[in-house]
Amino acid sequence: MKRSPLARLWPNATAVVLFIGFAFPVYWMFTTAFKPTSDVITEDPVWFPTSATLDHFQKALDAENFWTLVGNSLTVTLSAVALSLVIALLAAFSLARMRFKGRRGFLVTFMIAQMAPWEVLVIAIYMLVRDGDMLNSLIPLTLFYMVMVLPFTILTLRAYVAAIPKELEESAMVDGCTRPQAFVRVIFPLLAPGLMATSLFGFITAWNEFPLVLILNKDPAAQTLPLWLSSFQTAFGDDWGATMAAASLFAIPILVLFLFLQRKAVGGLTSGAVKG
Amino acid sequence: MSVATERQDPGPAAAGVRRSGEPPGTRRPAPGTPGRGRLTGAAPYLLLLPALVATVLLLGWPLVKDGLLSFQNLNMRQLIQHLTEWNGVDNYRETLTSEDFWRVTLRSVIFTAVNVVLIMLLGTLVGLLLARLGSTMRLLLSVGLVLAWAMPPIAGTTVFQWLFAARFGVVNWVLDALGWHSMAHYNWTGSQFSTFFIITLLIVWQSIPFVAINLYAATTTIPGELYEAAALDGAGTWKSFTSVTFPFLKPFLLATTFLEVIWVFKAFTQVFAINEGGPDRLTETLPVYAFIEGVGNQHYGMGAAISLLTIAVLLALTSYYLRIVLRQEEDEL
Repeated sequence: MKRSPLARLWPNATAVVLFIGFAFPVYWMFTTAFKPTSDVITEDPVWFPTSATLDHFQKALDAENFWTLVGNSLTVTLSAVALSLVIALLAAFSLARMRFKGRRGFLVTFMIAQMAPWEVLVIAIYMLVRDGDMLNSLIPLTLFYMVMVLPFTILTLRAYVAAIPKELEESAMVDGCTRPQAFVRVIFPLLAPGLMATSLFGFITAWNEFPLVLILNKDPAAQTLPLWLSSFQTAFGDDWGATMAAASLFAIPILVLFLFLQRKAVGGLTSGAVKG
Repeated sequence: MSVATERQDPGPAAAGVRRSGEPPGTRRPAPGTPGRGRLTGAAPYLLLLPALVATVLLLGWPLVKDGLLSFQNLNMRQLIQHLTEWNGVDNYRETLTSEDFWRVTLRSVIFTAVNVVLIMLLGTLVGLLLARLGSTMRLLLSVGLVLAWAMPPIAGTTVFQWLFAARFGVVNWVLDALGWHSMAHYNWTGSQFSTFFIITLLIVWQSIPFVAINLYAATTTIPGELYEAAALDGAGTWKSFTSVTFPFLKPFLLATTFLEVIWVFKAFTQVFAINEGGPDRLTETLPVYAFIEGVGNQHYGMGAAISLLTIAVLLALTSYYLRIVLRQEEDEL
């Protein structure tokens, strides 16, 4: 069906307005981060910066502990994701490829675990970690982040495993591979995209986590970047240039990852998150 | 799943196609040869063991601990001296009879309802718009959506604080320029309503892309013949929406609404970071209330009881959908 130019104008105009609405806060964060302070603290906003400065980034990077916290965040996030991938892969393989009693029960368990109310369990977790004398340590954080992303990783990987034709494994086994060998040589390479996608999403979840680290790690040297950004905002609240530079530093890795991921993110809803 | 990015639900493209649609070209394996899958008895359980142990230890244990704590009189003193004082159902009695708790619960439910309705309504509209756009404009709008979607919640919150800053905030400048001069130096976090306004705007801004982009993806799987058939029957735009698009998208919309209810209800980062539940504790939702009562005011036992009640409220809010999912699983497996 051909539409008249006028009929096409409205959707296009709406799209432009919406684009501006959705992108503006991100644009404002970046441009503020680069603007000289005189352009930030001004009665009339400077919509299009004419000069750029790196001073605000300098200030954010000079903030105490920044690099320690980058290290903490990376350590916690990467170990949590690696652990959850290994554990999830085993479980996903079992759930996707084998028939056994209680399989449905396991699936439902992981589906329910995916809705776990971590935000309200912080008090209990705090007590457990304190009793184990592990406050201000990265180990409990790593373990809890691992379990936070685990159900999602299992359910998603299960869908990826199920999507690989069984015949591939079987013919490898006919050729003399054992089942584990068939898995490593045939299935694993085919799973690479699925592993990439799930691990990146796990990374984003753990990288962003806020309430748990807020209560467990009070020691500034044992914190992670979300807390740094939050306390940076408190300390430099009026210095919006520096605060936006800090927010940009925190957001850039995620924005970049997400742009790569977006296509994979679309459509997985009913398979990964809600349904087994 | 945790607050923020639990909201990304990737998955293989093929598996993303709704099952009810019996889509063409699914990569589902052909029904496997029977007997092969049976394998030796213990293997599947051994493979599941690490996942199960981790979940039981790190999720189940805190849940049980929370239950135990909720029956204890546990404040600063008991915490420091490592005392365990059981006080029966006192925490529950006190919570359930306090006006505060019910006020916060009501506020949480309304907050969740308002946000989810806005997210679903606007998200669906934006998704349908994406389906109507040409490829260039679709790409443009998608880029905007992905940027908002990808913003980490804590960074998004910080940016919104800057947008709505009383002095030099761009929102106040625009309102002033539009002739609303009393807004020139308006303090948005100074009142309950305006603080909630920012939080809602922030959450809706970050949540619409998930709904819109996934909904658009779902519409692309609707077989064109259905529309042709509807057109032959004389259906107009609205009629073909209600008779083809909507029924096809219904499972998706149900699932998404359910997820959004959970995410919004549990939202902690945005609500807490914008103003720590203030002014005067007027923007505390249940998770923030549990945190501030339990940790902030050091009534840990009380906080634990509130946590469990919060979970109960969440289960009540989602029970309808949970029943559907559990029943479906029974059918399928």
